[in-house]
Amino acid sequence: MKLEHTEIERLIEDMQDQAERLLRSTARGDPLVIGIHTGGVWIADRLRRALHIDSPLGELNIAFYRDDFSRIGLHPQVVPSRLPFAVDDRHLILVDDVLYTGRTIRAAMNEIFDYGRPASICLAVLIDRSGRELPIQADIVGRRLELEPDEHAKLTGPEPLALVIKQSG
Amino acid sequence: MTARDIQLDQNGRLRHFLTTEGLSQQHLYEILDYAESFVGVADRAVKKVPLLRGKTVVNLFFEPSTRTRTTFELAAKRLSADVLNLDVSTSSATKGESLQDTLRTLEAMHCDMFVVRHANSGAAHFIARQVAPHVRVINGGDGRHAHPTQALLDLFTIRRHKPDIASLRVAIVGDVAHSRVARSEIHALNTLGAREVRVVGPRTLIPSEIEAMGVRVFHDVSQGLADVDVIIMLRLQRERMRSALLPSEHEYFHCYGLTQKRLRVARPDAIVMHPGPINRGVEIDSEVADGERSVILQQVSHGIAVRMAIMALIMGSVVPASAAED
Repeated sequence: MKLEHTEIERLIEDMQDQAERLLRSTARGDPLVIGIHTGGVWIADRLRRALHIDSPLGELNIAFYRDDFSRIGLHPQVVPSRLPFAVDDRHLILVDDVLYTGRTIRAAMNEIFDYGRPASICLAVLIDRSGRELPIQADIVGRRLELEPDEHAKLTGPEPLALVIKQSG
Repeated sequence: MTARDIQLDQNGRLRHFLTTEGLSQQHLYEILDYAESFVGVADRAVKKVPLLRGKTVVNLFFEPSTRTRTTFELAAKRLSADVLNLDVSTSSATKGESLQDTLRTLEAMHCDMFVVRHANSGAAHFIARQVAPHVRVINGGDGRHAHPTQALLDLFTIRRHKPDIASLRVAIVGDVAHSRVARSEIHALNTLGAREVRVVGPRTLIPSEIEAMGVRVFHDVSQGLADVDVIIMLRLQRERMRSALLPSEHEYFHCYGLTQKRLRVARPDAIVMHPGPINRGVEIDSEVADGERSVILQQVSHGIAVRMAIMALIMGSVVPASAAED
């Protein structure tokens, strides 16, 4: 199975609608957008422009917060995190490409709190797939997928974006 | 097992960090790239990442050092490790034996990493051969042999100012003979393919066989500094004065001290570095040390990020390689 660029753009438009509704209903003004490396940053960048948010994009690399360091060592991706704003008392939209076990999001929230204390965080994901291992749910979802444990959803990009579901092994 | 490859595991990953000799470009760049990610940690509200939470790092210093020990301590703490500082006297006549006893004792306390500084060359290698398989060793300076973390933080500082290392002329100036920093830097700069590495100093302080390491030797400072992009000043170890290698500090400054006037023959954008602590008016003039070309204080800040990167990398290799293929 594969999602092509135009389909993904439609999903992001849908995420934009959901985000606008959520921000209105919760009366959260002037949010900041943070993407998780690498795919999350691509989605976050598009979502931020769609929502006409002027503040720069935040980029988070959770390599130093992963819970599997003692099992697999340091992650090879080393792009530094960059939050070009203060998060204190701000409403954050945290964006990732695929929500799976929830461990990445836990790590990302831990890292964000080392920068300061935000007023709120909501979670936006392009794909919400089955297989959660932690009590973490997305507020804004492009598409939900029921996948087997040996199936992996992988986003490539940034131009064009494509999502491929592959079987491991 | 040779002294060189004890620091790599069977998959070529860094296991200990003992010397820059024998490391590949890939090893060096891996450390420098990770260090870039750690620099930002110091600017945050919480200056810590949880990578080494629950690990215990022992600074095992057989030779006094404030600066190096402090930056290792901060690096370990910013990785959330617990740190124990031990200043061990070297006065014991049965050094070898007591060192092993010290190691056994610390291992019994379940320590995970030793940062070793010792006046004898080869001390860190010796310890790396003694420790249990899960324990990691970093060389914080051994005798005249190596000071690899200093070399890496210098490379990091150089790269931040001048990203294309292959195009650079680098002059290392001063007491090269007694300098473990110089040795580690020469290996690392040559591995990264620097255009030219020079050593500059009086005949008594330049080892005769040093050209074999791939450097050009200059005894005249104006010639040695001509058109260089990077100047690394070495500390003149005052204790050498007594050994008749040098006439006097004053004389040394007169012949080799870095002044604004001497700096003029280097490239106009040349940077000036020094591993510290500096002897003002001996190897470097205050005007230069505090001047706009000086990156000496940046070296100190970068030292923490680079040491964090090295600690995280080698602790990460405790994991069996088969599990790392996820």
